[in-house]
Amino acid sequence: MVISENQINNENPEYKKQKPVSPTVVFFRKLFFTQNLGDFFFERLTLLFAVLVFLLVMLMGYEMYQGSKISIDKFGWSFLSNSVWDPVQEIYGALPIIYGTIVSSFLALVLSVPLSIGIAIFLSELAPDWLEKPLSFLVELLAGIPSVVYGLWGIFVLVPWIRTDVEPFLSEHLGFLPFFRGAPYGFGMLAAVLILAIMVLPIVSAISRDILRSVPQSQREAALALGATRWQSTKIVLKDARSGILGATMLGLGRAVGETMAVTMVIGNRAMISPSLFDPSYTMASVIANEFTEASSEMYLSALIQLALVLFIITIIINAFAKLLVWSMERKLKTR
Amino acid sequence: MKFQKIISALFLTVTFSMLTHAQLQLNGAGATFPAVIYSKWFDQYKNATGVQFNYQAIGSGGGIRQIAEGTVDFGATDGPMTDKQLAEAKSKQGTDILHIPTVMGAVVVCYNVPGVGKGLNLSGEVLADIFLGKIIYWNDAKIKKDNPKLNLPNKPIVVTHRSDGSGTSFIFTDYLSKVSKNWSSKVGTGTSVNWPVGLGGKGNDGVAGLVKQTEGSIGYVELAYAVQNKILYANMKNKAGNFVEATFQSVSAAAEGAAKNMPADLRVSITDAAGKDSYPISGFTWLLIYKNMKNEAKAKALVNFLKWAETKGQAYATDLFYAPLPKAVVKLCEKNISSITVNGQKIK
Repeated sequence: MVISENQINNENPEYKKQKPVSPTVVFFRKLFFTQNLGDFFFERLTLLFAVLVFLLVMLMGYEMYQGSKISIDKFGWSFLSNSVWDPVQEIYGALPIIYGTIVSSFLALVLSVPLSIGIAIFLSELAPDWLEKPLSFLVELLAGIPSVVYGLWGIFVLVPWIRTDVEPFLSEHLGFLPFFRGAPYGFGMLAAVLILAIMVLPIVSAISRDILRSVPQSQREAALALGATRWQSTKIVLKDARSGILGATMLGLGRAVGETMAVTMVIGNRAMISPSLFDPSYTMASVIANEFTEASSEMYLSALIQLALVLFIITIIINAFAKLLVWSMERKLKTR
Repeated sequence: MKFQKIISALFLTVTFSMLTHAQLQLNGAGATFPAVIYSKWFDQYKNATGVQFNYQAIGSGGGIRQIAEGTVDFGATDGPMTDKQLAEAKSKQGTDILHIPTVMGAVVVCYNVPGVGKGLNLSGEVLADIFLGKIIYWNDAKIKKDNPKLNLPNKPIVVTHRSDGSGTSFIFTDYLSKVSKNWSSKVGTGTSVNWPVGLGGKGNDGVAGLVKQTEGSIGYVELAYAVQNKILYANMKNKAGNFVEATFQSVSAAAEGAAKNMPADLRVSITDAAGKDSYPISGFTWLLIYKNMKNEAKAKALVNFLKWAETKGQAYATDLFYAPLPKAVVKLCEKNISSITVNGQKIK
């Protein structure tokens, strides 16, 4: 139990007169007048843990800034707008890499979120018990597969399939669009998007399912009692759960942005900006993993750390944006 | 009972690790390419002498950084340190750093062309033009000229390369820079470069996977990897004008050809080497050693190990798919090893 200052003051009325109370005084007051010392230390200890997380994030940001200082001083903002990544000439521009990261993650979400929500609705609202348990287990199993295994599966199963079936089909029927032009290598943005979609799917669907389940049963019962159909009552449940589902989507996006191994195995690893999904691309996490071990010059290392810093900041922005969206949605719900 | 067991197990591990620490241990870090033979060597050498080595294959870049920072007793790299890196390391550690070649590797050009089996011939200029994106079809007149007997299809060439930084890429781009002016001015030499065209695969297996799966593709992998996995690779035209297949003999021949005018510090590239049997895309891998060391016991152990590696150790090379050093190079290495000192004193 947390003892607030008011309670202490009520028990000891003489403190009311002493006006400016410094935090240290409050601290010792709590220490000596709290009934239960255990509670007091428990509170402080958990506070310490929480602060540690904050400090860790700050320290990471600071270290990355320090490590990338040489590169930041030399390239400045052009690091973000220049599209040449040339370790030999020591020119580093990350635009195509940032583009590859954002586009691949975003498209993966576009593919996997509707599917995930469908899975979540079926599992929480419609599936009979005997089907729901094994299906849930399978979905969670997907989340536990190591990414290198996804990558291998991508190389040996997904990529050949894309090359022989998907890409020829797309270029034949949708070739008038710039997204489906070029030589069908199999390796490229399309393969990376599909792999990422499969990897994001279990996270988004498992969390969405739990969120749908946490909507009170009375909501469904009320809707059904008013004569709503299954679909109509599900819509009401979805409306209640939408901020949570949005949060699940953002967690999925976080996974997609940071995914390294599986992506680098199928994306073709070429820093270029092309509208075509058939062309190879590159992501920030892949560049760092690929080039870090052999980066012998200071500028090279510094540029890679700056890339990590950019990835870190993008992740923070995504999370902040998600929080903002969830918060504004909740406010709308309340005022409704 | 269970608790007691855990405690005694813990106690045992602690005493055991303390015992092993009492032994002489040398720490090193660096290149991944020679890691297989190094671990074999360290194992054999430990059995013979009791000296323990701890080698971390963290990549050449890491090896160079760690030896410059003084956190290891020796480093290892596939590409020699630059003059600037050497000067930086000297100002930090107060001693020169020696490059000691240990074994050699070669890079082979693998391909997957429908209707073409073994025996594709390629010259350096043609290879550079392919990787520059200038030659884009397999039936290009320049490729046909070297392969009159092969039936080359009218298929686009798909270029593949390593996406991770590697010594393999270093040797390959070093060769292309030597044989093509266009390549050296536009792309240059490095463990990672800005590839003008093509798909990137991670590691030898990544490139081999790309080549195997993509019709009309060309790529490059380590000789050891190609031999172990039975991958088709091209004969390369050497400086003398012969098309040579990559074998351990032709790689050693390249080093022999280069040994005649090797610089004293042994920081040398042997790509495009002279000699009629030399395979042109090969290179050394080096151990990086402080010229003047501070700990006498460690220095002695390291020098003895190096002498052993250059002589007896070479016998393990071909079994593990590395090319052994030719005698002429071993001699040069031994000369450099004998120049190592401890606090300015010669090692007996």
